[in-house]
Amino acid sequence: MTSRIEKTFKRLKKEGKKAFIPYVMAGDPSLERTKEIVLLFEECGADIVELGVPFSDPLADGPTIQRASERALKNGVTLRKVISLVSEIRRGEKDLRQKTQIPLVLMTYFNPVFKYGIDNFIKDAKDAGVDGMIVPDLPPDEAEDFIQQSRKAAIDTIFLLAPTSTEDRIKKVAKASSGFIYYVSITGITGASLLLDGSMEELILKIRKYTDRPIAVGFGVSTPVEASAVAKVSDGVIVGSAIVKRLHETPDELKYYLISLREAIK
Amino acid sequence: MPVLKELEEAFLKSKKDKEFQKELAHLQKTYIGRPTPLYFARRLTEHLGGAKIYLKREDLAHTGAHKINNAVGQVLLAKKMGKKRVIAETGAGQHGVATATGAALKGLECEIYMGTEDIKRQALNVFRMRLLGAKVTEVPTGSRTLKDAINEALRDWTTNIRTTHYVLGTVFGPHPFPVMVRDFQSVIGREARRQILDAEGRLPDYLIACVGGGSNAMGLFYEFLSENVKMIGVEAGGKGIETGEHAARFAGGSIGVFQGCKSYLLQDDDGNVLGTHSVSAGLDYASIGPEHPFLRDRGRVQYTYATDDAALSAFELLSRIEGITPALESAHALAEIVKLAPELSKEEIIIINLSGRGDKDVQHVARIKGIEL
Repeated sequence: MTSRIEKTFKRLKKEGKKAFIPYVMAGDPSLERTKEIVLLFEECGADIVELGVPFSDPLADGPTIQRASERALKNGVTLRKVISLVSEIRRGEKDLRQKTQIPLVLMTYFNPVFKYGIDNFIKDAKDAGVDGMIVPDLPPDEAEDFIQQSRKAAIDTIFLLAPTSTEDRIKKVAKASSGFIYYVSITGITGASLLLDGSMEELILKIRKYTDRPIAVGFGVSTPVEASAVAKVSDGVIVGSAIVKRLHETPDELKYYLISLREAIK
Repeated sequence: MPVLKELEEAFLKSKKDKEFQKELAHLQKTYIGRPTPLYFARRLTEHLGGAKIYLKREDLAHTGAHKINNAVGQVLLAKKMGKKRVIAETGAGQHGVATATGAALKGLECEIYMGTEDIKRQALNVFRMRLLGAKVTEVPTGSRTLKDAINEALRDWTTNIRTTHYVLGTVFGPHPFPVMVRDFQSVIGREARRQILDAEGRLPDYLIACVGGGSNAMGLFYEFLSENVKMIGVEAGGKGIETGEHAARFAGGSIGVFQGCKSYLLQDDDGNVLGTHSVSAGLDYASIGPEHPFLRDRGRVQYTYATDDAALSAFELLSRIEGITPALESAHALAEIVKLAPELSKEEIIIINLSGRGDKDVQHVARIKGIEL
């Protein structure tokens, strides 16, 4: 069965386009607002939406998303509530105008999933309408059970590769991933600055030797110029911290910014 | 995780590397001041009126705590791996001081991460680290304590992975850290075995140590695991388990996955890590090294806790009665001895790991007692 994420990448490939994947931290500043943002993403031409789940110790995240996570936790947002949010968005439960079938990927740390129970989590995520999952602190070596159950539920598992990944690692991540592979453009955390030289293209070509899965690039993409450069060498661009920052500091500029990113990602 | 593989390989290689082992042994002897003494605490023994109490004097190691054993080992390893920079987290500041010391010894660049709250509590150690040439970076996020300092050190490590080694301070985190840190600390137990055989001609009946991450406890226990010796690990009971303000992971936690390993964790129903409390910054941590739950579930080691009040009173007792001011961390283990020793016969022998000296805590204790210095 082809997942909604795979279908999206196939369609884009046929049209000669690249995926625009914006990120928002669920519940920052409120879950109601997050719904509006997801719809705004879609309106501005997003292909897939990445939905952050707040966690007390967001190890892979830089200061911008750390603070967003703290704000969301203060609002009482939990993994359970984020799953309910997805369910509401899919069914238009509260407001029929707030309904979308855009592919949704949850980015959550592992402990909330572990505490929820992997079985229950995947069942509830599936029922709600989640399409894929990124768990940055779960290496594929430790994820056998998680991957198997996700496959059964037809939820994509998206694992990360970094500039330091070895060939063995690339093979392992390619095998464990479905939907797409998340290439971390830098060694480091979300929101750091991107180095635009030939090395990214080289590394992405290296990954392509081992897999034909789509490769989306994230961590550190902030300007339309960077997005455009990254889009040229990959299959999709993920923008997180820069969006979270605008949403928090200059929300009026968010829509214009999203449109300029969309135009840059070709 | 290529970097963890690289570290594991370097660590395993170093165990067979005669030159590495020779240098480590030499530094243990001439720089750290090992072997540390095993001291028979006669007055404390008489005062409690039961078992004979021996103190393993890690407080006499260079920089004043067992932390230096691991820091020197890992800094040597970092040098072998060709790293130019080391980083570390610190709570009370002891591991930060130890790592900064090791870095100075080997001429490596050093950066220490420390939570804002701990920087306030441990101003003296912050200045010590700077004196030693380290950069001390404040961590103002999360609960602003040890766990957040570890998060920030891990973020630094993933960013500077090619040049930097992360000197994790306890038997926690992803493999190979729990095994490697235990290995560098197990010198404590090896010495203690030899020393008690010299002093008493037999092995002890009990080993007691405080458990934050659990490195001083693993360091003492490991050598004795296959012997007929009872072992007790003492966690921080804070203001009491019922108050929720503590760091007793076994009494108040459940299994979780955090900072690269699976262990007991103080967490809420949604899997977020809870804030902890202990009078001692070194025990103020939400999880525990994964080998401890393993030993507990096999029934090999028993775990209990001591409250802030019990630790403070043991802190004063040892100062007064033996002229030794223990670290507040070690005072938790002493608090257990105060309860246990009187119940045992005079023929029985206890060894407690006196993991650190209390100088760093003097100001803090004065403040608690309402005394202005």
